[in-house]
Amino acid sequence: MAKLSMTVNGRAVSGEATGNRLLVEFLREDLRMTGTHVGCDTSQCGACVVHVNGKAVKSCTMMAAEADGAEITTIEGIAEPDGTLSRVQQAFQDYHGLQCGFCTPGMVMTATKLLEQNPSPTEAEIRHHLEGNICRCTGYHNIVKAIMAASGQDVSKIAAE
Amino acid sequence: MPKDSGIGAASKRREDVRFLTGTGNYTDDINVYGQTYVYFLRSDVAHGRINNIDTSAAAAMEGVVGIFTGADFEGIGGLPCGWQVTDRFGEAMQEPAHPVLAQGKVRHVGDPIAAVVAESLQQARDAAEAIEVDIEELPAVVDMKAALEEGSAKVHDDLTSNLCYDWGFVEDNKAAVDEAIKNAAHVTTLELVNNRLVANPMEPRVAVGEYNRSNDESTLYTTSQNPHVIRLLMGAFVLGIPEHKLRVVAPDVGGGFGTKIFHYAEEAFVTFAARKLNRPVKWTASRSEAFMSDAHGRDHVTKIELALDADNNFTALRTETYANMGAYLSTFAPSVPTWLHGTLMAGNYKTPLIYVNVKAVFTNTVPVDAYRGAGRPEATYQLERVVDKAARELGVDPIALRRQNFISEFPYATPVAVEYDTGDYFATMDKLEEIADLAGFEARRKESEAKGMLRGLGVNCYIEACGIAPSNLVGQLGARAGLYDAATVRVNATGSISVMVGAHSHGQGHETAFPQVVADMLGIDESMIEIVHGDSSKIPFGMGTYGSRSLAVCGSAMVKATEKIIKKAKKIASHLLEASEGDIELKDGQFTVAGTDKSVAWGDVTLAAYVPHNYPLEDIEPGLEETAFYDPSNFTYPSGAYCCEVELDPETGRVTIERFAAADDFGNVVNPMIVEGQVHGGIGQGIGQALLENCVYDSEGQLLSASYMDYAMPRAEDVPFYVVDHSCATPCTHNPLGVKGCGEAGAIGSPPSVVNAVIDAIQSSGKKDVTHIDMPLSPQRVWAAMQG
Repeated sequence: MAKLSMTVNGRAVSGEATGNRLLVEFLREDLRMTGTHVGCDTSQCGACVVHVNGKAVKSCTMMAAEADGAEITTIEGIAEPDGTLSRVQQAFQDYHGLQCGFCTPGMVMTATKLLEQNPSPTEAEIRHHLEGNICRCTGYHNIVKAIMAASGQDVSKIAAE
Repeated sequence: MPKDSGIGAASKRREDVRFLTGTGNYTDDINVYGQTYVYFLRSDVAHGRINNIDTSAAAAMEGVVGIFTGADFEGIGGLPCGWQVTDRFGEAMQEPAHPVLAQGKVRHVGDPIAAVVAESLQQARDAAEAIEVDIEELPAVVDMKAALEEGSAKVHDDLTSNLCYDWGFVEDNKAAVDEAIKNAAHVTTLELVNNRLVANPMEPRVAVGEYNRSNDESTLYTTSQNPHVIRLLMGAFVLGIPEHKLRVVAPDVGGGFGTKIFHYAEEAFVTFAARKLNRPVKWTASRSEAFMSDAHGRDHVTKIELALDADNNFTALRTETYANMGAYLSTFAPSVPTWLHGTLMAGNYKTPLIYVNVKAVFTNTVPVDAYRGAGRPEATYQLERVVDKAARELGVDPIALRRQNFISEFPYATPVAVEYDTGDYFATMDKLEEIADLAGFEARRKESEAKGMLRGLGVNCYIEACGIAPSNLVGQLGARAGLYDAATVRVNATGSISVMVGAHSHGQGHETAFPQVVADMLGIDESMIEIVHGDSSKIPFGMGTYGSRSLAVCGSAMVKATEKIIKKAKKIASHLLEASEGDIELKDGQFTVAGTDKSVAWGDVTLAAYVPHNYPLEDIEPGLEETAFYDPSNFTYPSGAYCCEVELDPETGRVTIERFAAADDFGNVVNPMIVEGQVHGGIGQGIGQALLENCVYDSEGQLLSASYMDYAMPRAEDVPFYVVDHSCATPCTHNPLGVKGCGEAGAIGSPPSVVNAVIDAIQSSGKKDVTHIDMPLSPQRVWAAMQG
């Protein structure tokens, strides 16, 4: 068991983890932050995406020990402290970008980071950027639309031919 | 003007806030004090005899709380099958035992052999590795036709063969159908495979069992679409726990698509073991485990023949299907290739004679059961493919051939025993031609060809049957359950309302859409109404959510219960207003005496019901709470027309979906935003089936596609934006909301149009001999067909 400490959503936390403990297990089971989800065991689905030191990372691909000293943001840390949704979260609600909600935390974390890096992505850029996030409910239509809307683009004409 | 609240409004989903902020409560988020973890040791061979299981070394390992094998379940019920099909000869299907843990033999890769319960998952896993299992491998039965050959190895030694049933429908039509096909001017024949799929909701299955010794009560938290069904099946048939001592909770569930309908061994195990060990037991499936333990979908091999007269009218249809059941009968498996498939073979057409034959086969593979659409996608796919092939053979326009044969008068009794109440297939086809811009296709094809690409256009129609019912009819057909649903409307003293419903939301947005209906009926704000679902201790006995039934069946129960509320509330209002009950009108949350300005507000009436100081106690009871059970008199029949446009790279065989349009008739719509989302999701899964997804076994029964590295899930780049329309609405005539259901349409309606489009693209290059390619249309398959 190694001792670890890190900052999660602005709060200093510490704990212990064996060498094979995944970051996502540490978040979900030790910190009881269950917003980050596990949808697969091959790092394909992206339900577990969090931000580690400013990068979007699948928290199932990283050992908890590797995150010692890191600055981490999870889905629980995306809205304003007063509960106001971020623009990405709000767009997902406004444009019905989620159904069962299971992939949603990963989608929001990936999309949030995308818009930091590329403030006005094209449809193709968004679809390409989501290659590591699987959704089974929405057929991606409203996820892509929500991300475009969150970036300030006019989505009223999409597929309304 | 779009409405901003009530029925027809695109109300934003209230459940989204918790899902978007990481505060949802999924089963794996539930941890119970003192919980243990179970790891299932599963078979790595498809078929084998268990000679011995030695758990002694494992039992001595650190943290191990208990180890269980099939022997611990001797004398305990196996997993029950909820539907008994009667075959062509009047005999009941063959129904093998389905033990919770394997007994005597293992019958598919993933079949659970032993369960290790330990203080941590790691300890359970480590101990499982120390279990010594002596399995004598037996020849595996994988291919369905080979499974039926004389001398084939048998999946179940105590059955006469691997044939579950040989079903004919309608058996009395058979001779006439054979005759009509023999004498037809033209017969189009097609042999095809409806590929085996894995539903893959993003949340893997989870089960947590808890036992309270002080009151002898068990609680199961599980990823289910229908907690009451699980309580009944597991309590009554497997573990013998009376229903009042068994609570089943399905909290937030991360998608289902059918695969979370069924009662699974792991649910029974954690409930059983929690009682035995007096400790809570938790199981969380890994995705690999899900691939080898979740019920799979589809897997039909079909020959279909369509007969036409000299004027291209459809005169008869004959099909022969082999349907894979897998190694055991999953909960509703026998109904899928029969009553959910054969009854749909008329499709949108007035074909007068139809005969459907289905041979259901046991193989050494994971059990197959309902997946989004369940039987109806299989019916639609073969029918819409054979119609398209017929049009090509006859040199007529595929849309014109469909229109010529459309059913045009309703109600319409099909030759496969169902009666469509409403529909307008011409209207949805007209709408499709408009929204898909068929007129612009040739120009787009030229653009593609200028780039060296092929472009194809495929169209299909579909008919669906939702809200399967009535119960007395489905009972005659073999269902071992009722198919009604229930709702309790509990009005609180200050006027807010809790509606307890038997339907279960695992992505469908019931918490938003159901209040829209009640709010509309009462004229109060949606925010005053809350939906409670998913907990057998809180809700009336309901059958859950599948088969696009929630609004048509449970929504109808909710309407009936709300009508009772209104009736009683009017009585109270008439007392408060000192007026005759018949003169009371309810509008915008105000009870008014007709023709006067005398009124009382909703909140005054609800308060009077619970503080009955000024109240007609001699006539009615205090309180305001009503329950209704609703058993529909018929299925509902959504229908529609879909169009897919593809571009095909002849160099590589790679297909891209360039445009996709769907014109659906769902009857009345409560929340168009949610309805459109359901269609989008269904289309995404349909495109997945058509182009990408395939569950593959090798000849020895090894599952080759057991992870997302091997099973191709559709991703954002694989699909386009979809154009969807549901304005062609012919309301259902037999439920109070006039709704038809929309959850499965997209998955039913999309695969044939994708395949039709690819065949169109290939034939546009002059390769007229390419008339069919089996799904998924991978680049390899398409390229190989084009070389052929």
